Amino acid sequence: MTEGAGLISSVTSPPVSDRGDGSPERDDDLHGLNDAQLLDIFKTMYTIRRFEVTMERAHLAGDLYGPFHSSMGQEAIPAGVCAALRTDDVVTSTHRGHGHAIAKGAELGPICAELWGRATGYCGGKGGSMHIVSTEHGFIGQSPIIGGSGLLATGAALSFDLTGDPRVAVAFMGDGAVGQGVFHETLNLAAIWRLPAVFVVENNGYAHSFRADQMQLNPDIASRAEGYGMPGVVVDGIDVFSVYAAAEAAVARARAGDGPTLIEAKCYRWRGHNLGDAEHLYRERQEVEEARGDDPLQRFRQAVSRRLEPAALAGVEAAVDKEIDDAARFAAESPSADPRTALEGSY
Amino acid sequence: MREITFIEAVREAQAEALVSDDRVFIMGQEIGSYGGVFRATQDFVRRFGDHRVRDMPIAEQSMLGAGVGAAVMGMRPIVEVMFMDFVACGMDAIVNHAAKMRYMSGDQLRAPMVIRTQGGSGTHHGSQHSQTLESWFLHVPGLAVVVPSVPQDVKGLFKTSVELEHPVLFVEHRALYRTTGPVTDPVAPIPLGEGVVRRRGEDVTVAAVGKSVHQALAAALELEEEGVSVEVIDLRTLVPMDVEIVLESLSRTHRLVVAHEAVERGGWAGELVARVVAEGFDELDAPPLRAGSKATPIPFARELEAAMISDERLIARRIRESLDLAEYPA
Repeated sequence: MTEGAGLISSVTSPPVSDRGDGSPERDDDLHGLNDAQLLDIFKTMYTIRRFEVTMERAHLAGDLYGPFHSSMGQEAIPAGVCAALRTDDVVTSTHRGHGHAIAKGAELGPICAELWGRATGYCGGKGGSMHIVSTEHGFIGQSPIIGGSGLLATGAALSFDLTGDPRVAVAFMGDGAVGQGVFHETLNLAAIWRLPAVFVVENNGYAHSFRADQMQLNPDIASRAEGYGMPGVVVDGIDVFSVYAAAEAAVARARAGDGPTLIEAKCYRWRGHNLGDAEHLYRERQEVEEARGDDPLQRFRQAVSRRLEPAALAGVEAAVDKEIDDAARFAAESPSADPRTALEGSY
Repeated sequence: MREITFIEAVREAQAEALVSDDRVFIMGQEIGSYGGVFRATQDFVRRFGDHRVRDMPIAEQSMLGAGVGAAVMGMRPIVEVMFMDFVACGMDAIVNHAAKMRYMSGDQLRAPMVIRTQGGSGTHHGSQHSQTLESWFLHVPGLAVVVPSVPQDVKGLFKTSVELEHPVLFVEHRALYRTTGPVTDPVAPIPLGEGVVRRRGEDVTVAAVGKSVHQALAAALELEEEGVSVEVIDLRTLVPMDVEIVLESLSRTHRLVVAHEAVERGGWAGELVARVVAEGFDELDAPPLRAGSKATPIPFARELEAAMISDERLIARRIRESLDLAEYPA
């Protein structure tokens, strides 16, 4: 057993009303984040929300084609995790990956253009929504093969281990990934080699239509970490500060050479598995409405209400709205993918 | 020239890659202090350390998948899959990840890695430890497929494979491991996609790879006594496939037999025959024939295996059929 084995903890920020005096001077109030960092986190969360809303509309309007997996309601997780990362740390993602790409710093224009299948997209139209890559931002790939993101991150962490590179690799996964055999192989390998990896399972309650509690009797995915001799942490994935705190600790542990951590961020998938999903077959509208009452952006606003002026947040919103409009226009006005490139890059 | 065994060539090729390129490391089961079940990494831990020669749990998915992730970040993994049958356990990493990273990322990511494996019949390992599965991988764009037949080619093709900016499936037939052959010192890299004529002949061309090349040469010797002159081409790599060398040969022999130990149904011989027919139809004086194994799992007992496996007897029979010296099979 390695040190930290069996450590299953839960990180939850205290409710806003219990925060004592809430003095803006207190550094520990919001996990020591300064105003600029708070605004950055808000910008990330709001950008993801606006991006998903805007792209969904574009899809419904017929501007986009192909599958579309919205991450609405899960914004706090990529925002909180990536706030704890350096630019040169790397992240892998899933089919539901727009938010991860945005949080890691990838640019909106080329992301949009990739969704539009345009030549100016990050992958020149060869990837699409489920295969965005921006190596310069450390966003090294999505794997819509469930469980694949963990493998890629483990391999990246292995390369850091081999070369003495102080970087960290983070894999975002969904709760569905836990059912894959490769989940076990991946966590075990990362653990025995003490690789600088962090596995973040976004437990949004559903793997397509299959409820998480139908897939496993144990409601806490994080508890599986004990079997691999690594810490497992359950966080409230609606609360960006809890996510950030868990990620910061896990990243520090990984960077120090102490090995991987499994973080389970509990959240709720606001939209269907994909756009056009027959949600009515497996969940009630009321369940969704209730869950949407607990909005990660609203939680953030409440938490920072004594630190940040509403005008500051409104300023971020206005700037992001324009950025997303610009990005969508850039995509729409970009040239189509060039058929001559279709045969390039394979073997 | 120095004579070494096939497995010594594999060992030397890997050691030279470890010496010459810091990005190279090896992952596999039993490859560390055990030295590999076929001794392909014997003494490597002492020479290169267990950091670069990494023993793995029995977990092919994560082994191959972690290889892809490391390759994407600039490393050059060599991943040993102990028996070719076990690639089935790691197919997702090969087919859905390694083969596609470069293409679907718009060339932002590359997965240069060598997946070394061995397979084949003749050692009575039964149905799940004897298969010849390289044909599967021709069907997945993004992978090179290399099947050497002699020590010199092992070393020359391996050098090229380690440096290729794409993943490579490097397939060895274990029945060849103790065979010997001359090697130059050093061995020059051999480009992928360049076949070689192993034996000149005038009447029939046999195209093969790996162990089947040796069986084709044995069949050619047998037929020589009957006055038939057989040309034997070793394709050496299946992706890319040197169709040109086969067409050139056919312009002289006008008859083709394609031999492989893989099951004939759906095997790579069909691909070669289709291309030859499309590009060299006018050269053909007889239907191109395949000498592959029958469509059953590999059985244990010698007599059963002999009844289904492609070997020199089957290759000789197909050659005769091609020359109308025997009846074409129903």
